[in-house]
Amino acid sequence: MDRHVVAKVADVPPGDRKLVTVKGRPIAVFNLKGEFFAIGDKCPHEAGSLCAGRIVGLAESDVPGDYRLTRAGEFIKCPWHGWEFDIRTGQSWCDPTGTRVRAYDAKIEPGAELNKGPYVAETFKVTVEDDYVVINL
Amino acid sequence: MSIVTAERPQAQRPQRQKLSVVDCDIHPGFSTPEEIHPFLPERWREHVKTFGGHYRQAFADTLSHPRMAPEVSRADAWPPKGPPGSDLEFMRAQHLDANGVAYGMLMPLNRGPGNQRNLGYGAALATAVNDWQIAKWVTPEPRLRASIVVTQEDPEAAIAEIEKRAGDERFAQIMLPPRSLEPLGRKRYWPIYEAAVAAKRPLALHVGGINGYPASAGGYPSYYIEEQHTNVQGMQALVTSLVLEGVFERFPQLRVVLVEGGIAWMPALKWRLDKHYKRLKAEVPHLKRLPSEYIHDHIWLTTQPLDEPDKDSDLAETFELVGCDRIMFSTDYPHWDFDDPRFVLSKLTLSPEKQQAILAGNAKALYGLK
Amino acid sequence: MPNSIFGHPAIDCDVHIAVPNTAALMPYLDAYWYDAFRSRGIERTSFTLTGDPPNTPLAARPDWRPKSGKPGSDLELLRSQALDGFGSSIAIANCLFGGMALHSEDLAAVMCKAVNDWVADTWLDKEPRLRASILVPQQSPELAVEEIERRAHDKRFVQITLLAMGNELLGRRSLWPIYEAAVRHNLPIGIHAGGLYHHPTLNGWGSYFLEDYVANAFAFENQVVSLVCEGAFAKFPELKVVLIESGVTWLPAGMWRLNKTWRGVRPEIPWVKQVPSELVRQHIRLTLQPFDEPEGSGRLERFVEQMQSDQLILFSTDFPHWHFDGKDALPLSPSSPLAPKILYQNALDTYPRLTEAKATAAFAPKEISP
Repeated sequence: MDRHVVAKVADVPPGDRKLVTVKGRPIAVFNLKGEFFAIGDKCPHEAGSLCAGRIVGLAESDVPGDYRLTRAGEFIKCPWHGWEFDIRTGQSWCDPTGTRVRAYDAKIEPGAELNKGPYVAETFKVTVEDDYVVINL
Repeated sequence: MSIVTAERPQAQRPQRQKLSVVDCDIHPGFSTPEEIHPFLPERWREHVKTFGGHYRQAFADTLSHPRMAPEVSRADAWPPKGPPGSDLEFMRAQHLDANGVAYGMLMPLNRGPGNQRNLGYGAALATAVNDWQIAKWVTPEPRLRASIVVTQEDPEAAIAEIEKRAGDERFAQIMLPPRSLEPLGRKRYWPIYEAAVAAKRPLALHVGGINGYPASAGGYPSYYIEEQHTNVQGMQALVTSLVLEGVFERFPQLRVVLVEGGIAWMPALKWRLDKHYKRLKAEVPHLKRLPSEYIHDHIWLTTQPLDEPDKDSDLAETFELVGCDRIMFSTDYPHWDFDDPRFVLSKLTLSPEKQQAILAGNAKALYGLK
Repeated sequence: MPNSIFGHPAIDCDVHIAVPNTAALMPYLDAYWYDAFRSRGIERTSFTLTGDPPNTPLAARPDWRPKSGKPGSDLELLRSQALDGFGSSIAIANCLFGGMALHSEDLAAVMCKAVNDWVADTWLDKEPRLRASILVPQQSPELAVEEIERRAHDKRFVQITLLAMGNELLGRRSLWPIYEAAVRHNLPIGIHAGGLYHHPTLNGWGSYFLEDYVANAFAFENQVVSLVCEGAFAKFPELKVVLIESGVTWLPAGMWRLNKTWRGVRPEIPWVKQVPSELVRQHIRLTLQPFDEPEGSGRLERFVEQMQSDQLILFSTDFPHWHFDGKDALPLSPSSPLAPKILYQNALDTYPRLTEAKATAAFAPKEISP
């Protein structure tokens, strides 16, 4: 495993983010209350720079008209179309869940293939060694 | 151990391929609200300071459904000073240069001259915005082209403005909002089309317009997401009106660009219009051809926001049904639903010739660009 | 069964029956309204809807038009041409009497009640293959619910009718008492083409009936967006909605667009937790005619592919409206596996009451394929 020192811990205070480049790949590093996470900077949608987006919480609701903001500061919103990515896991919050449509015609691919794919931002293992933030490729 | 230098987020991304596109929808902004004032006569400067704009809606300064991003814009499109789209240097670096924009069509939405209830103010504002486009944007940046903004509810003033600019090739087209007091196919707007044809300019109909009606025949949408969707219905109703009123029969030279309305709705509209026209043609005997024929010959559409079916082949089929010769690339820079040309190109599973036509060729042909 | 399409039984999910004149409703009024109708001349007033002029070619196919009286007013014609004509064992009738469009909620409610009473007596009692839709005053959800409660015991009424263009978009919470009652009684909501004409299109008032008719499709799309985005399906997970006489082929492009927008605008409506097209697949159905396509173009199979579901389309003739010639009601090849789904199975899955009361032999539960 390749270890790349990308920043000093002090460079990325809690709640902040930093764009780094490792072997030509832009990576967004986040500090969530002292824990570091790294995701691929290019939004899987149209390749907007996630690091330039807003760090937000998660808007949730179980009943129309009720609004809750949870997980404050744990999502990055792409600066372009606003796709929301869980900083911890890279998972997009627009990943279709629930029923997959069945294949009813030989010409049609199963639904799982159609809906999978570009909804997850690539994640990278991040460790802190002394005062440095290290990305493991 | 060595420290890899971390880079600050950059507005400009390194290019891997040589792009050359015509961007048919760029929105220029005022750096400050007062930026337009020097372009207004004194009488209207005083008016706007005292009374402001006056619209067919509740709000004096904003649209009825708050957008999801400040200034409707990409979060990374804010220049050091001023709002997105207001700084030419920044626009050059982030967009025109970075995205290979050979020509960019300006679509000023500023202050909506066509939406103003005070027609005198609207006409003065239209003239001012047209002068401002030339002064701030087109003169220093030869890649850009202006649009002649007009007050469609006052055809006399609109025609005067068109005739004033007709000799200036830096104005590429005439800009009207689809959501006008009456559907744009109605006869009261025909003198404007006569002037457009005389000036040899296409009409550019960019989504929007504040006409006082709900954004659907079923009532007012509650949410921005719904209202944003009605941009499609605005185009559908517009095309229906232009065709059925016989605008293209009366003005065979007229060409129309539908800007920022999407594309994928068009094939089904053509099918619907043709099918029911055949049954009810006795009501519209002035039409001599099928609606779909008028549409193909007279209407162009811009790509943004790019429709995103689950399968790329559905997008290619849709484009073929509309006609790859009638589709023109656009970004909507600096708005949030901006389309990166590399992304659009990757989604166009078409021949290289058709890709090039869409990215640049069709626009060059329509606007007479070299 | 003679005339059956491809040898299958069928359920026709949209036939029209017409109140011959307002006077026909008199027997169903209480003392106050009887007197009012008489003294105010209401009994002699025609409530023909602007959206439904009776003499156009669309209103009735020549061989489906009665020798006298309004299209849809002749039971024998409906029996021979619609039911027998297509081998339909059941037909769901819509009776869209214009009194439903009155601004006075009370008067509209009286009209709807009288119509429903008249339909039960004049049609349902005489023809066991017919089912009906509960006409309600959608201007007043409260009075609409009263009518639903009054009618729900009669299992021959299998859905609740709302028009596509009302006062408020149908997803709005003010309409939810109607959906609460619908779900409680296991009744789908049938949104039918047409409108109260309280709003024009979002671009204003056009000129022609043809223009208005085409615009129904735009309104249907707005309604789908409204129902999804307002969270009607989150609140009522059992709710089924049928889009009747919508044109159909506009839907896939609308879903691509709504899905795309939702991915970025999701936080505005956080109760929508699945991609919108998935909610449409679960909750929305569409009757077949008119099916907007160039003849023979195979768009019905493409629709099924693009929507990724064969459960959405419900067979209908839209009798007596003229959308096709001869027996060409189902644009599929005879061996298509979609035929039985569209002709009857999807209807059985959508309308629970079809298998409850007076099921004909063709649909006795033991004969329904799994």
